[in-house]
Amino acid sequence: MSMDPGLQAFEIESAELLEQMEQVLLILEDTPEDEERINELFRAVHTIKGSAGLFGFDDVVSFTHHTETLMEMVRGGEMTLNDALIGLLLQCRDQISTLVDQALNVGEPTTAQQLADSTRLQAELDVAMGQKTPPPVEESANSSSPNENTTSASGSEGNNENWHISLRFGIDVLRQGMDPMSFLRYLSTVGDIVQLVTVYDHLPAAADMDPEACYLGFEIGLRSSAEKDEIEAVFEFVLEDCTINILPPNSRIEEYIALINTLPEENLRVGEILRMSGALTGQELQEALTAQASADVTDNEESEEETSTPAAPPLGDIMVDQGAVPKPVVEAALAKQAKDQEKKSKESQMVRVSADKLEELINLVGELVISGANTRLLAEEDNNPAMMETTENMSRLVEDIRDTALGLRMVQIGTTFNRYRRTVRELSRDVDKEIKLRIHGGDTELDKTVVEKISDPLMHLVRNSIDHGVESPARRKEMGKRTKATVTLSAHHDSGMIVIEVSDDGQGLPRDKILAKAIEKDLVSPDQELTDQEVYMLIFEPGFSTAEKVTNISGRGVGMDVVRRNVEALRGFIEVDSTPGKGSTFRIRLPLTLAIIDGFQVRVGGSFYILPLDLIEECLELRQDLLDGQNGGSYINMRGDVLPFLRLDEVFHTDRTETGKPHRDNIVIVHFAGQKVGLVVDELLGEYQTVIKPMGQVFQHLSGISGATILGSGEVAMIIDIPALVQRINKTLHNRPEVQKIANA
Amino acid sequence: MAQQAISESAPDTGVAAIRQFLTFQLAEDNYGIEILDIREIIEHGSITAVPMMPDFIAGVINLRGAVVPVINLSLRFGLEANPPTKRTSIVIIEIADEDSGSEVGIIVDQVHEVLDIASEDIAAPPTFGAKIRADFISGMGKVDEVFLILLDVKHVLSIAELSAVKALQQAESDLVAPTDERVSETL
Repeated sequence: MSMDPGLQAFEIESAELLEQMEQVLLILEDTPEDEERINELFRAVHTIKGSAGLFGFDDVVSFTHHTETLMEMVRGGEMTLNDALIGLLLQCRDQISTLVDQALNVGEPTTAQQLADSTRLQAELDVAMGQKTPPPVEESANSSSPNENTTSASGSEGNNENWHISLRFGIDVLRQGMDPMSFLRYLSTVGDIVQLVTVYDHLPAAADMDPEACYLGFEIGLRSSAEKDEIEAVFEFVLEDCTINILPPNSRIEEYIALINTLPEENLRVGEILRMSGALTGQELQEALTAQASADVTDNEESEEETSTPAAPPLGDIMVDQGAVPKPVVEAALAKQAKDQEKKSKESQMVRVSADKLEELINLVGELVISGANTRLLAEEDNNPAMMETTENMSRLVEDIRDTALGLRMVQIGTTFNRYRRTVRELSRDVDKEIKLRIHGGDTELDKTVVEKISDPLMHLVRNSIDHGVESPARRKEMGKRTKATVTLSAHHDSGMIVIEVSDDGQGLPRDKILAKAIEKDLVSPDQELTDQEVYMLIFEPGFSTAEKVTNISGRGVGMDVVRRNVEALRGFIEVDSTPGKGSTFRIRLPLTLAIIDGFQVRVGGSFYILPLDLIEECLELRQDLLDGQNGGSYINMRGDVLPFLRLDEVFHTDRTETGKPHRDNIVIVHFAGQKVGLVVDELLGEYQTVIKPMGQVFQHLSGISGATILGSGEVAMIIDIPALVQRINKTLHNRPEVQKIANA
Repeated sequence: MAQQAISESAPDTGVAAIRQFLTFQLAEDNYGIEILDIREIIEHGSITAVPMMPDFIAGVINLRGAVVPVINLSLRFGLEANPPTKRTSIVIIEIADEDSGSEVGIIVDQVHEVLDIASEDIAAPPTFGAKIRADFISGMGKVDEVFLILLDVKHVLSIAELSAVKALQQAESDLVAPTDERVSETL
């Protein structure tokens, strides 16, 4: 069953807003005075309420309204956000989220538990608000009209800021299947209906009334940052039948006068309605009417034009002159409005595209790259210069398309990072530790599919840092550290990979404990000599956990190995740095994308292999003199440095019966995680745009090969997993202490 | 496991259902695979060897842009592999597993035909005497008084076994023994 597109939009929008709410709340925790954020929060709550109202989700609306009222007070400076209040608002956010889900899943009745939650939270909100009795909203905001008798949805801030909409529905509106109410409901999504007066002057006596006709009109005060077009669009379906006058904020009194003139009701009656709807104060009305009268007297013909001359001072100015509103307030309101509009126009430049469509596009680009390579190969075989030039041109374009297409799917990792703020906040409370989460490089971009898959492993690392890494405040004090610990999430790019670090300033990894546990679990033998790094890597072994007691956060021994598996499944690599007493850092290196990379093609025996180009440092011939004096060791002297190398034909047990021994060996020098190693191959074939194809489950345990690609000739080539090979070299090095000594020297 | 295979075909015996099998040849023996499992048959072409995999994994091929692993069925059965000839083909088989499902190719010496075999003509696999592992056989089809070995694709192409890079021999010997016992219990 497909969902109504409107509902779908609501679902997406509310999910986004709720996420935004959570993040803003967590940021506000550090900077409770940040007005911009408070406004953002208010807008989020308000929009959810508005949209929910449009769909008639009353549960959501009534609960959100409570939350909004509290936010309104915070915004008005009547309350300041504190820890408890933020905690409460976070709970409210969760409740709104539950209620929205409920509303979307029609048929599932609200459970008693949820109702109870709503009531409890509402009570808490009331208590929170009760602590500081708010001055009556209308009074504080709307001092110029004390005898206000219309309802105020939420305190207005000076009437001149509101739009005034004068609406007379056509008599046939109901017959055409339109419901005036739904327009008002929709209008509340565009802005805040501050005042509303129903005009029923045209309603005939009961006997004459046609029950199918619509006699209604409305005078509406709307506070909104929307453009006139947007407000007009609300009434799009009834534009033809209805009389709609929309006056922007800060309209001149003359414009109101013009409005009064156009409306079908008597002038005085209209004036009264306007006063009631809050568009004009009694005094202004009087002035307006006097002005109108005098205009009528002085020059009847000119009055029409005069209303539109820019010389007339805007209503706002008049009010300032009269001292009704202090000038800075008006200016601030104007500045804010301008800002809102700017934001709005920025938003409208974004297009929401479903991830499936992007996926399809990227797959197609992949196919295009392959067939482009095929064309190029054929052109080269034909030795047709014109053709070669064309294909050259085309492959440049294809490359651009590829980059653009992949760029579409790049997202900033900051969103994922921010999600952990809540986790850190709540977990640190659970374990009675004071922890601050710092985020660096949140704007680093990587493929959305990678982000999704890395989010759980990261969460686990963060939990692990909080639970195992960071000491209790008392212990920290003893050690002379600040009681508030810091957990840092950072991201940056490094040669075609993204490096994500989770670090803490806690106690570091307990080397001895890990080693003892590993020996107990038979992962290493007691007489084995291990470097610190190797010991730390043991925590990623399956079933390994050193926590003395199992907490509900971590310590069940499932986890670190899962983290490593997940990272490796993304063709990534994880490592640990740790200093006892100072803290530890978990570093994840991931490829930026899982789709297409720049590769470097080599041949070993009869098979072709691809090396990720970003990891290649240089290529050179492996001349005999480089090997001399190494008595067959697997390292060469590279301009004074020791460079360990692997012969790929040995690693891959290449069958040489058909190809024979190459007449020269080439060495490709690759770097990974700050280390350089050489890979010996038969032939260097140059750069190649590589579309990564999954190898399937049959090859899931194969190490050293991370995927496959299809060459222009249609043949399959393997993509070499450099991190895995570097690890292999490190192992060999470790088993050969004399080499290690040289390498370290 | 073998028990399961038998019970799967057992309910059909009452109803004279017709099942269709693709028959092919490895060395001198004929085998059959239910056509529902078969995606397509392609000619034996350039197979790229994948290093560090067991012998029976011949490598991977490019099947219309997808990389598909190819198994040398003779080696998988522990038989001698024949050098490829003009008749050598790759049969692409679809394996359904928990997530999505994948394709695997098998190299056969020669493809024959599609045969209709009534369910009542399918006998349970023999407990001993077959050249190949008992759990690879889902049943024996009787066609013109000659027996055809019907393969149990799930076991022949079990991802768990194919992907086990190390200690393969060990795993294989472990698997054969208990399966035989179970089969004899059920009979």
